[in-house]
Amino acid sequence: MKVLMLGWELPPQNSGGLGVACYHLCKALASNNVDIEFVIPYHTKFKSPFMKITTAWPKKYKNVIRTGLAYDSASYVDAVGDTKHLDIVQQQRLYEESIEKVVDLGEFDIIHAHDWLTFRAALKLKAQSGLPLIVHVHSVESDRAGGNKGNPLVEEIEYLGLSLADEIIAVSEHTKQVIIRDYNIPADKIKVVHNTIDRDELGELDSRNVYVYLEMMKSQGYHVITSLGRLTIQKNVTNMLRAVQKVIEKVPKTIFLIVGDGEQYNELISLSAELGILRNVVFTGFRRGKSWRDSFAVADLFIMASVSEPFGLTPLEAINYGTPSLISYQSGVSEVLKSCLKVDYWDVEEMANKIVAVLRTPTLREALRDNADTEVRKLSWAPAADKLEKIYAKHLVGVSK
Amino acid sequence: MRSIVLYLHVHQPYRLRHYTIYDTGLDHSYFSANDDSDKNNQKLINKVAEKSYIPTNNKLIELMNRHPDFKVSLSITGTVLTQMEQWAPQALQSFRDLINTGRVEILAETYHHTLAFFYSRNEFEAQVQMHKNKIEELFGQSPQVFRNTELAYNNDLAFWAEEAGYKGILAEGWDKLLGWRNSNFVYQPAYTNNIKLLLKNYKLSDDIAFRFGDHDWAEWPLTASKFTKWLNDTPDAQLFNLFMDYETFGEHQWQESGIFNFLEDLPNQWLKQENNTFMTVSEAIDNFEPVDYIDSPETITWADTERDLSAWLGNPMQQQAITALYELESKILGTNDLGLIEDWRRLQTSDHFYYMCTKWFNDGDIHAYFSPYDTPYEAVINYMNVWHDLQFRLGEKGVGV
Repeated sequence: MKVLMLGWELPPQNSGGLGVACYHLCKALASNNVDIEFVIPYHTKFKSPFMKITTAWPKKYKNVIRTGLAYDSASYVDAVGDTKHLDIVQQQRLYEESIEKVVDLGEFDIIHAHDWLTFRAALKLKAQSGLPLIVHVHSVESDRAGGNKGNPLVEEIEYLGLSLADEIIAVSEHTKQVIIRDYNIPADKIKVVHNTIDRDELGELDSRNVYVYLEMMKSQGYHVITSLGRLTIQKNVTNMLRAVQKVIEKVPKTIFLIVGDGEQYNELISLSAELGILRNVVFTGFRRGKSWRDSFAVADLFIMASVSEPFGLTPLEAINYGTPSLISYQSGVSEVLKSCLKVDYWDVEEMANKIVAVLRTPTLREALRDNADTEVRKLSWAPAADKLEKIYAKHLVGVSK
Repeated sequence: MRSIVLYLHVHQPYRLRHYTIYDTGLDHSYFSANDDSDKNNQKLINKVAEKSYIPTNNKLIELMNRHPDFKVSLSITGTVLTQMEQWAPQALQSFRDLINTGRVEILAETYHHTLAFFYSRNEFEAQVQMHKNKIEELFGQSPQVFRNTELAYNNDLAFWAEEAGYKGILAEGWDKLLGWRNSNFVYQPAYTNNIKLLLKNYKLSDDIAFRFGDHDWAEWPLTASKFTKWLNDTPDAQLFNLFMDYETFGEHQWQESGIFNFLEDLPNQWLKQENNTFMTVSEAIDNFEPVDYIDSPETITWADTERDLSAWLGNPMQQQAITALYELESKILGTNDLGLIEDWRRLQTSDHFYYMCTKWFNDGDIHAYFSPYDTPYEAVINYMNVWHDLQFRLGEKGVGV
């Protein structure tokens, strides 16, 4: 079976979970002997041993370079070497324009497209080839807008893709419900395939944590709480800060480590000061590698309190590095993870209550950590790949190849 | 007799290098940027020495030689003096040469250009004493007149200065203090017996310091003869208190603006008229009786349209950062670690808090010009990372934090 996979990014040039999830899914599918060609819209030197990676952009540009940390961080280099920055809608249009020229549609059995950025391209290829189309939803516009009104252009593309696809994969029941609510898609057209982590792919900790300061403060009786993610409304860091303010009233020796970058960066610094807890908050900006791992490891508790999180891998990653998690019910991961604390994203009081409980009760913390560790050790992408394969097979019945 | 009192303030802070939480606990050198950025103190002191200090001192010495009545008053902070000692000895020598003319009076202030008066009286007095010692050591003068950082002034400060034995003190000639009166006379602070108050003529001072190079200003270009005519046409004045940053000459107003020609021609034009002269601040105080009391229950400064401390302490980030710093006072001083104490004092320099100012509209352009940071938020993060390192160093010494 050969799958044409349309994606927007892959590690190491990923901005977040989308690229990571695509990579692991493909790896697990490949070990089930599924043949994959993965098309991305920018130049990469990355060679995958288990799938073919193809790049797609129009000929008038010499190169497209991923330049930063956002989904739209790309420079388009034209024939004379000038670079242009295009908005995300223009970028997905160029991907759509160029994709038919870089792939040979005759080779494939099915098209599998990840998130709205690839939906127009996928619909075009489906129309040309008649191949079945699976769309995979890692997040919906209303999630990214954090409960506010999303971009109508994006919503239109999501609506078209979801309506015209042969089947929809959602990364969680939460996401499935959002799709039904936002786009009136029949429930039986949507299958849930949960994301997960591959522990073997996560780097190991070494003996010295990069947060020398936090280690010193911990030796003085301080506690550390970590949040890691883009600083956007969706991630709800403002409510976490409000909760931490209340925690500090009870447990003054508390430090909140905020890892990530995003449009709320300045606002959050300002809010920390307004809440009177500036000295208890540490901002690191976006991190990769060792300092990313150590941000989890240094913490007594990891928090992910997103307003609406389609899945949310970070709590699993935190657990892998020995730190228990507090997560919002409004997340996909809360459907699969049992050994953690859960809270409604709006409930600042309860968030503070649970944080204080963990900080003050080492036995609670240890029980959460140990039980979560047992859960996470069992996780792998293999069941997700098996499910996907079955879904593919269903659409290939009667197709001669 | 009518006199110009030209008072120039010489100051450079120790700017922080780019300092992240990953430096905290590992690297205690905060002021050692050796890159090409505007955080490199050595680069900046050399630039300002070359563009401003040396040519201006040479010009002033020339004017002293040419006009027996020409005099000037200076305040020079400890932080600029030690930077000149270390990196720009030729600039320090040019100040010595200027002061050796015997027609330069040096004022008292805090060594580190701080707002300590509002946070710790003990620390404030220690810094004033340190500054006095430094001025005596380098220039053989003992200051008689006090100026506080940013001309921050209120009744309490005047009372303190009188108790400390100063014969005069400086403040902004702000309309709210003066009402129907003007700054062109000697005053006495309310609730004092002997000390006298000189108030900056902000209109005339800012014509030189801020508007001189502004081509959109209706009076541009400003010549010494035009300026002198304004003074001569002012009825009923004894003093014209022209108070400004020394760096006005050659740095804030570049040489190309004609500022040095203006300075050169000013004594020429002014002394043409009989009874016109120049005085140092002490001479003004000795020669004129106070005409009235000035009551300043609230703190005024020489900055921004508000003329209060809001440029340094107006937002919660600034307030939290400075409070965090002064809360370490007894612990830091208790270590008797001179390096740590000096670092803590350099962090008190008001410029650090100025960089965190978020008042963008009327005064923001001025703030942006003087800041080595792209945004005030970066200034906050950088500063707090250093503050955390002070905490770390205390912790290392076994001091609870």
